[in-house]
Amino acid sequence: MKTLTKEPLNVIIGGVGGRGNVLIAFLVGGALVNEGFSAGVCDTYGTSQRGGPVASHVRISKKRQYGPLISTGHADVILALEPVEALRLLNQFGSQDTVVITNSRPVYPSDVSSGKATYPEMDELHQAIEKFSAKSTVVDATDEALKMGGSIFTNIIMIGALIGADLLPVDKESIVQVLSERFHGTVLDNNMKALDKGIELVRQ
Amino acid sequence: MPGIDVDAPSSVQLLLGNEAFARGALEAGIGFAASYPGTPASEILSTLASVAKKMNFHAEWSTNEIVALEAAAGASFAGIPAISSMKQNGINVVSDFLVNLGMTGIGKGGLVVVVGDDPSAISSSNEQDSRWICKWMDMPLLEPSTAQEAKDMVKWAFDLSRELDIACIVRETTRLAHTRGNVKLGELPKTQKKAYFADTWNMCQPTKSKFTAGSFGILHYQLQQKLAKAPAIFEASPFNYYVGPDKPELLIITSGVCQLFSMEAVEELKLQDRVGIFRLATSWPLPEKLVEKQLSRAQKVLFVEEINPFIEGSVMELAASFPASKPHIDFYGKRTGHISLFGELNTDLVIGAIAKIMGTSYQARDAEYQKGIEEAAKMVPPRSINFCAGCPHRGTYWAVKDALTLDGHNGFATGDIGCYSMGFVAGGFFQERAMHCMGAGIGVANGLGNLKQFGFTQPVIAMAGDSTFYHACIPALINGVYNQANFIFLILDNSVTAMTGFQPHPGVGRGATGEQSPVVDMEALCRSLGAKVEVCDPFDLKNTTETLVRLMADEEPGAKVVIMRRVCELVRARREKAPYKVHVDTGKCVGDDCGCKRLCIRLFGCPGLMWDKEAGKAKIDEAICTGCGLCSDICPQGAIIKEAA
Repeated sequence: MKTLTKEPLNVIIGGVGGRGNVLIAFLVGGALVNEGFSAGVCDTYGTSQRGGPVASHVRISKKRQYGPLISTGHADVILALEPVEALRLLNQFGSQDTVVITNSRPVYPSDVSSGKATYPEMDELHQAIEKFSAKSTVVDATDEALKMGGSIFTNIIMIGALIGADLLPVDKESIVQVLSERFHGTVLDNNMKALDKGIELVRQ
Repeated sequence: MPGIDVDAPSSVQLLLGNEAFARGALEAGIGFAASYPGTPASEILSTLASVAKKMNFHAEWSTNEIVALEAAAGASFAGIPAISSMKQNGINVVSDFLVNLGMTGIGKGGLVVVVGDDPSAISSSNEQDSRWICKWMDMPLLEPSTAQEAKDMVKWAFDLSRELDIACIVRETTRLAHTRGNVKLGELPKTQKKAYFADTWNMCQPTKSKFTAGSFGILHYQLQQKLAKAPAIFEASPFNYYVGPDKPELLIITSGVCQLFSMEAVEELKLQDRVGIFRLATSWPLPEKLVEKQLSRAQKVLFVEEINPFIEGSVMELAASFPASKPHIDFYGKRTGHISLFGELNTDLVIGAIAKIMGTSYQARDAEYQKGIEEAAKMVPPRSINFCAGCPHRGTYWAVKDALTLDGHNGFATGDIGCYSMGFVAGGFFQERAMHCMGAGIGVANGLGNLKQFGFTQPVIAMAGDSTFYHACIPALINGVYNQANFIFLILDNSVTAMTGFQPHPGVGRGATGEQSPVVDMEALCRSLGAKVEVCDPFDLKNTTETLVRLMADEEPGAKVVIMRRVCELVRARREKAPYKVHVDTGKCVGDDCGCKRLCIRLFGCPGLMWDKEAGKAKIDEAICTGCGLCSDICPQGAIIKEAA
């Protein structure tokens, strides 16, 4: 078993409902259990899946099953599939020690498109994320996914980023193993490429 | 990852709470599983259904929860262990059967009901605490905390139900249902039971009295006698345990996931030497001797539980019976305001309660950070829920809005839970004015539609989904025909139970295990009841609007049915490619100068549409647009172009 930098290590994977958040948490959790860790992965299902903010709380331990929810200020890592969601999560779960990886592509809330609310300027948003975290990395995951043939690859690219940044006590091979248990043929090949792309992007 | 049926005792798998319940049922040797979908409990049956054929047991999505439970009880009567799972609302639906089931007993099979409560109503229209059903109906109640315990306790619940001859309730909450955790598997049984309904069994005949059949008061007494055996079993259960110093200053009594919040709160406050935790997993009937022993540890007791003060009330009732010579105990919980009377709990809230009682202070993070992040987060816009991109319901609600406006008689819609709750927000154009339980939209329309003599002229459009139609609308539709209530009933038929995870229903020709099944034709059914029936495509906005306007003007009383038929976009997108490639003709789009002030994004509001701030024009978000093309029909400038993909 790899060493754990903190007990428990608290990771939040956040984004917008209906965009595959649950799948990332499932794959990461599977890899952690294969590596011998105790993993708790709390997902959001139901109504919030219809475009609301969603977050999976992943709690990694060598000792025991921790509660389903991370408490205020206790997120060690935030993987945000959408930029403004990174700040929303930092507001609740972040601290000066939180490491953040953010997908650069915004998903505009209907509240913004309709003119009732404003989406912050990207520079201002990323400055705030950087200010209120230990380290902030921005990854063009959706843009790269679209180049690969569809936004559906965004999630796997983001897992790649998480692995590439060495933020989880699992290596690429563990993720490859869970991917190959779930996907086959061309779909698996494409997901492997997406995983490599994520690792590459974060290490640039 | 191996399937839920993997025969690998002692191996550790990452299971969703609901999958763990399913695994526990498999290890208990179930032969029958029946359910109706409902968040947070849906994945229990879908997990069981995925292996039912292979493991040779019966799994079904039933028409509704009461049919599911009655079917499961039928199996148990014939000696087959059966499970029925449901969300909290389901408990209300089954309650009439359940109260009578207590009178008869459950036969030899064993019967377990898993109920998923939803504190904070994350995916519900209420946050009912279903545990009361156990006090109300004299049933044993178990509350596991983790996925591992979900598996282990559901297995135990079968033994318990057979031993007591009462259906056993296992309560989960959303956070247990939808959290994955490590689960060490047990053995799967290798033998199968034979089903037989004992021909000597008269279930309504009291067994131990001189009274004859029909003496239901005596049957209630017998039920109480059966349940009275439970506390002794619970006293000895390893699922009830205490962690902490022998004589803590504060004793926490907790169950379910609240135990995990409590443990973490005590650790976070570094009070492990001063605060103890008694986890009571068997919360009804109370194991009184064990509770009394735990209470004797401390003079301060805090109850940590979600939704209602269920354990709190029971324990305080017990304490009220203690002799005056016992030391006084200060009780804290929902009654004293230390724990919220509504909403789900978390570690922070439990920390707050403990710190207040213990007089300690706690700061989750640096004060400066706290102040700064709160200020910075003001730039975060809200993210309202909405119908998915390409959802057929958006077309239906748009047509309803247009038709009611054109009709001009202040008509309105009465609706349903699930995806239809969107009718209350901008996504559904605020068209719905009533939402209660499944089927209530058409139910209340029966009242509103029979108020002519009081001068009521507002058209009423009742709405429900296809799955809800089969579940809860048919008696109300019959009533509308029979009592000549004047309303239009829209069935939004997207060929699936969408909100809960795409389960099949009686109208789709497929059962829970994927097998072909007969189609219950809703159109023919409605016609046979004597209702006028029309079928529209929600993406044909013009025809739908005209149909609704025409039906509203139809003065002949009686229920009129319009079936809005188009498959759920999430299902379609899995099967086929997008029908259209959609783009905005920037030459035609006049941006803010459009007389409608951005009708497409301000009102229509499909998530696939966005505003290009620099260009001052609407734009299609290619990462989200599903190519349904509906928006091209609503742009007054004809600026949204759809081309066959």
